[in-house]
Amino acid sequence: MGKEPVAVVGIGQTKHVAARQDVSIAGLVREAAQRALSDAELSWVDIDAVVIGKAPDFFEGVMMPELYLADALGAVGKPMLRVHTAGSVGGSTALVAANLVAGRVHGTVLTLAFEKQSESNAMWGLSLPIPFQQPLLAGAGGFFAPHVRAYMRRTGAPDSVGSLVAYKDRRNALKNPYAHLHERDITLEKVQASPMLWDPIRYSETCPSSDGACAMILTDRAGAARSPRPPAWMHGGAMRSEPTLFAGKDFVSPQAGKDCAADVYRQAGIADPRREIDAVEMYVPFSWYEPMWLENLGFAAEGEGWKLTESGVTELEGDLPVNMSGGVLSTNPIGASGMIRFAEAALQVRGQAGEHQVDGARRALGHAYGGGSQFFSMWLVGAEPPTT
Amino acid sequence: MAPRKPSVMRPAREVAIVAFGQTRHQRSTDELSEVEMLMPVLHEVLAATGLKTSDIGFTCSGSSDYLAGRAFSFTMALDGVGAWPPISESHVEMDGAWALYEAWTKLQTGEADTALVYSYGKSSPGSVRDVLTRQLDPYYVAPLWPDAVALAALQAQALIDAGETDEPALAGIATRSRASADANPHAQLGSSAGQGDYAVRPLRTGDCPPVGDGAAAVILAAGDRARDLCARPAWIRGIDHRIEAHALGVRDLTASPSTRLAAERAGVFERPVDTAELHAPFTSQEVVLRKALGLGDDVDVNPSGGALAANPVMAAGLIRLGEAAARIHRGASDRAVAHATSGPCLQQNLVAVLEGDAR
Repeated sequence: MGKEPVAVVGIGQTKHVAARQDVSIAGLVREAAQRALSDAELSWVDIDAVVIGKAPDFFEGVMMPELYLADALGAVGKPMLRVHTAGSVGGSTALVAANLVAGRVHGTVLTLAFEKQSESNAMWGLSLPIPFQQPLLAGAGGFFAPHVRAYMRRTGAPDSVGSLVAYKDRRNALKNPYAHLHERDITLEKVQASPMLWDPIRYSETCPSSDGACAMILTDRAGAARSPRPPAWMHGGAMRSEPTLFAGKDFVSPQAGKDCAADVYRQAGIADPRREIDAVEMYVPFSWYEPMWLENLGFAAEGEGWKLTESGVTELEGDLPVNMSGGVLSTNPIGASGMIRFAEAALQVRGQAGEHQVDGARRALGHAYGGGSQFFSMWLVGAEPPTT
Repeated sequence: MAPRKPSVMRPAREVAIVAFGQTRHQRSTDELSEVEMLMPVLHEVLAATGLKTSDIGFTCSGSSDYLAGRAFSFTMALDGVGAWPPISESHVEMDGAWALYEAWTKLQTGEADTALVYSYGKSSPGSVRDVLTRQLDPYYVAPLWPDAVALAALQAQALIDAGETDEPALAGIATRSRASADANPHAQLGSSAGQGDYAVRPLRTGDCPPVGDGAAAVILAAGDRARDLCARPAWIRGIDHRIEAHALGVRDLTASPSTRLAAERAGVFERPVDTAELHAPFTSQEVVLRKALGLGDDVDVNPSGGALAANPVMAAGLIRLGEAAARIHRGASDRAVAHATSGPCLQQNLVAVLEGDAR
């Protein structure tokens, strides 16, 4: 007996903003969940279990907030799991929910991820001093900048590539009503003239801090048959982790990312991702990670990712659009960012992505990573049910 | 709580706990980091099965950043596992019992045949009574800092008012549990710990769990793999968990409908059990759980001493599953129920039925 096929039949997210001062954390998650239920034309009683994810509890200052959120998410009387795998958590949360369906433990599952960063200070949350461990006082940018520099040195990529990605993603965000940053007057020159934060990463090449939530309804074959709108079908999903720090780690292209992608492609029967995948939502919190992940995910040969970006292939109108939604660069409620990538991939193959829809997208990849590039989660969704 | 279909959920795939290890739980482990505390336990379960990290199909852990006092505390523990080459791995910000549930789900999909589950918690660096207040409703309740002992005392008083128990009966639970713990080399408290003075009326210190540090690990395996790795696997015949409303004002604190529902789904009531490992940090909570699970006097409840003898937060629930499994491994039980809880006053509860093959 094989796995039960998993379908995405409902997607909802909040309009992401710097501070949602009109709602509590419970109000924020309820809004996204209610939109996902409406999309699926289901109600709370149709949900068998809830799987929730977010990044560290210190980001809002609430320990194990799923306990307090049980009522807001209609989970009373149901199973509720709380996943936390650093920045990859939004993706991991969706995969744990998918496993509940695939393993025939539950028929229909609500999965949701959120971050309400305005309630606390994420930089502080990441910078608590711990004896005998190096502090991350410079925030995430300070950690990742040297790895971007290593990528540039290794591949000979010109300085201009990072700003091309940021300019593209911020323009894509203008087509996404839920995106946080809507910079209507954005130009390439403005990106290039923005202040240098962590050389070579400029201000306009970094993600914002957002309040937001994203929810999906995952269901089995029977549930998909009742779906009022076309479902997205999961063709493959995987998580991979490797140690944070060790002598053999390649921070530019971590092995865990390569292995994770390879597992997803094997499950989905993808031999040539560059030709067989129509659209990609990847986790790019700093613009240079687009070319880096293009290589890590097998869309470009080693050292060639920046050429794909430079040639315009990853533009919304290119033949491998990347981050059609505007990506993490335009919207970053940290714990939800991975799930937004997964949800945007599903929106594309359902043909429901509105102004940022890629024509004829049949297969799309959602990607998330976290920590010091040591946690990865990905899924590949398609417009057709899986054949195996 | 709205009643749901109380049907038994029959797992498609046979999965068993094949190894269990835990630390000797202590009041304080200043000399050890969390990773150092965890490492011997990981090695213990791997050695018991002869497996290497690279043989494990899926790894899942449970812990809380709020105990560690830092964000992403689980990442350092992962380094201790030795995740190279990269592994398929996940983490729940919950007690390790829920990490076991996630791993069990993964094995149900057929994507893995074995899983390593671990959890750990150090309460000694801070005041766990204060820390746990931070998991309450952040807008209306947490600012008042009501601590876990005070909330448990409300529950205990509600039980006494309802005629479900009295102070001598609660003292009896404490005495029995800690006497059992005398035979448990991992326990933090034994029979020499007395009932003590009132902590928060009607609970005395003896009705409350010790504060301590500890870690635990189990290995799960499916089907024949389990038989290869363990002489008498502890088969998970059913496992389920349910959550209740958060606000204490909307719950009947003398009952645990979530435990009852999870037990129905896990198949607890299909046949009698001989052993129950209950995650009841307070004596009064054992009263609630016994009723929800319909346990008679013939059931051996918390032969390990339970959470009254050692309560490493985030590991104590996984330890209940491990203790129940270990009894099956050594032939002291044929059918056991294991329970884990999370949240104030038994808000969230997990129930599993473990069985050994017929002898």
